[in-house]
Amino acid sequence: MSSAARYRAPEPSHERSWDMARSEQLARSAVAGNVLADLADEDERIAVLTADLKFSNRTVDFERRHPERFLNVGIAEQHMVTMAAGMATVGYVPYVATFASFVGLLCAEQLRTDLAYPGLPVRVLAHHAGISLGFYGTSHHATEDLGLLRAVANMTVVCPCDAASTEAALRATVDHDGPIYFRLGRGRDPDVYAGAGDERFVVGRLATLRGGDDLTIVANGVTVPAALEAAATLAAEGVEATVLDAHTIRPFDGEALCAAAAGSGRLLVAEEHNVIGGLASACADALVDGGVGDVRLARAGMPPDEYALIGPPTHLYRHYRLDAEGLAARARELLEQR
Amino acid sequence: MPGNRPTADVVATPRATLDEIRRIAALVRSETIRLIEVAKSGHYTSVFSCAELLGALYGGILRLSDDPDWVERDRLVLSKGHMAVGVYPLLAERGYFPAQWLEEYTRVGNPLGDHPDMRRVPGIDFSSGSLGHGLSIGTGMAQAARMRALPSRIWVLLGDQELNEGQIWEAAQAAAHFGLGNLVAIVDRNQMGLDGLTEEVMTVEPISDRFRAFGWRVTEVDGHDPDAVWRTLSAVPATDSGRPTCIVAHTVKGKGIGYMELSRSWHLGYLAPSDAADATRELEQLDV
Repeated sequence: MSSAARYRAPEPSHERSWDMARSEQLARSAVAGNVLADLADEDERIAVLTADLKFSNRTVDFERRHPERFLNVGIAEQHMVTMAAGMATVGYVPYVATFASFVGLLCAEQLRTDLAYPGLPVRVLAHHAGISLGFYGTSHHATEDLGLLRAVANMTVVCPCDAASTEAALRATVDHDGPIYFRLGRGRDPDVYAGAGDERFVVGRLATLRGGDDLTIVANGVTVPAALEAAATLAAEGVEATVLDAHTIRPFDGEALCAAAAGSGRLLVAEEHNVIGGLASACADALVDGGVGDVRLARAGMPPDEYALIGPPTHLYRHYRLDAEGLAARARELLEQR
Repeated sequence: MPGNRPTADVVATPRATLDEIRRIAALVRSETIRLIEVAKSGHYTSVFSCAELLGALYGGILRLSDDPDWVERDRLVLSKGHMAVGVYPLLAERGYFPAQWLEEYTRVGNPLGDHPDMRRVPGIDFSSGSLGHGLSIGTGMAQAARMRALPSRIWVLLGDQELNEGQIWEAAQAAAHFGLGNLVAIVDRNQMGLDGLTEEVMTVEPISDRFRAFGWRVTEVDGHDPDAVWRTLSAVPATDSGRPTCIVAHTVKGKGIGYMELSRSWHLGYLAPSDAADATRELEQLDV
């Protein structure tokens, strides 16, 4: 039996029509496929696996350049993670890519037992994280993955917010000994960093993107550009905010967080995650562990007992007050307390 | 020195090989009894069913060397990881770690636990225990070995009730799709899960037809017949044959101790010293 399916060039008859090929052109920050292909030119250990999503995550860019080191395992995410673990024991550094919901949650046991417990150098590209798949619904959202993975020994968790930091994070960690979970957006993220060589971005360290004494906004992923925009709005009102990109959730740079929080005494944490278990919890842990008292911490994120409404992603960010306007409003509320 | 891998055209099993398989199988069973006396709890019966399989694998089928990390070695993934107690004595015998470790099996801080840890135990090719993962591990190893043009074969020892796990079949479809001729799954068809007979707990048959339908080459063998096991394991096709092989080894859970054979209550247990001594005497009479 042969399939009658054909691959055709996109031929929309109306300018507002679109197919996946056109949609993918918008995913300019989904650079991992090309970055890994560049790295693989020099490093024969690098291999890439995906689970029937090579166009969505642009690992097709890797496949085109290194087809002999690209594996599409079909819709079998758990197998993909474990298979990558087997490859890692034979000398490869495999990168597995699929939606965050289908790896951070569906494969939680494989991430723990097959990657982290043996400490194998497998990297997970968990894209379309948070609520960025919008009206595709809760099955496609990942707002619990950081909470799960923060408790997994040997796991490194990095959440780059744009193309430059994605590239920097990938390049900086090729030789890392254990597994890494890269939590990525949907590929339409605006530029925050100047380029992959931007010295502000160092895996494992908080990045200070803006300074200010009145409050500190801690963000990662999609909330970073929103936090910067909110800080600009607040500045026009005479409120100066520090903006920290807390891209590395595990290990967490608690020392820098404490130093920043102790200065302003006001911490607004913005994350595309349930407010329990993720970045806000990491900050709270760090403050308590660091003995920093007298800090007000506000959590902007998904409410503890709520699954997201149906809606386009940008509308959901507005609804949950994770866009610039919402974060500015949360900041004003925080400053009005006490 | 690399193990002497037999070629596919071997028909008769040399007497010395048969003796070695029987010696290893006897060692596996007696050491399992001895070590579980230390732990005071263990999976006797899941080891006893695969003792002759281990005898053949470690008696010359596996391509091994004095270096447990030798890159060109065969890998053995213990997907039914709860039988690791039967493998530890063989690894110690090969000199991969001090035999003294066996004396403190499962005691605090000892590298040897009920389920094996590849980071702590030289000669263990993957950490296992959570059933259903091993065939995916083997698929990854086989794929990587092929990409690196290594001569290694990847062997995965599966339980039969383990075949209920969905991920096994994700791996089965991938191994066939990728044409991994260097991958061999051995199903220890010992007829039982923890709760009872496999077909009562959750059907696993027809195992051979299932693997065949996924695109595997399948053979069946009496897993307690050293000659048949040796000839079957020796006859797997060349690593570049393009199809993975499944060997369904028909065995008896608990083989060797009458009251343990196919007994639901002996999935996990402990033999106090006097019973252990009786069991050891019974095993000395075992004629396989």
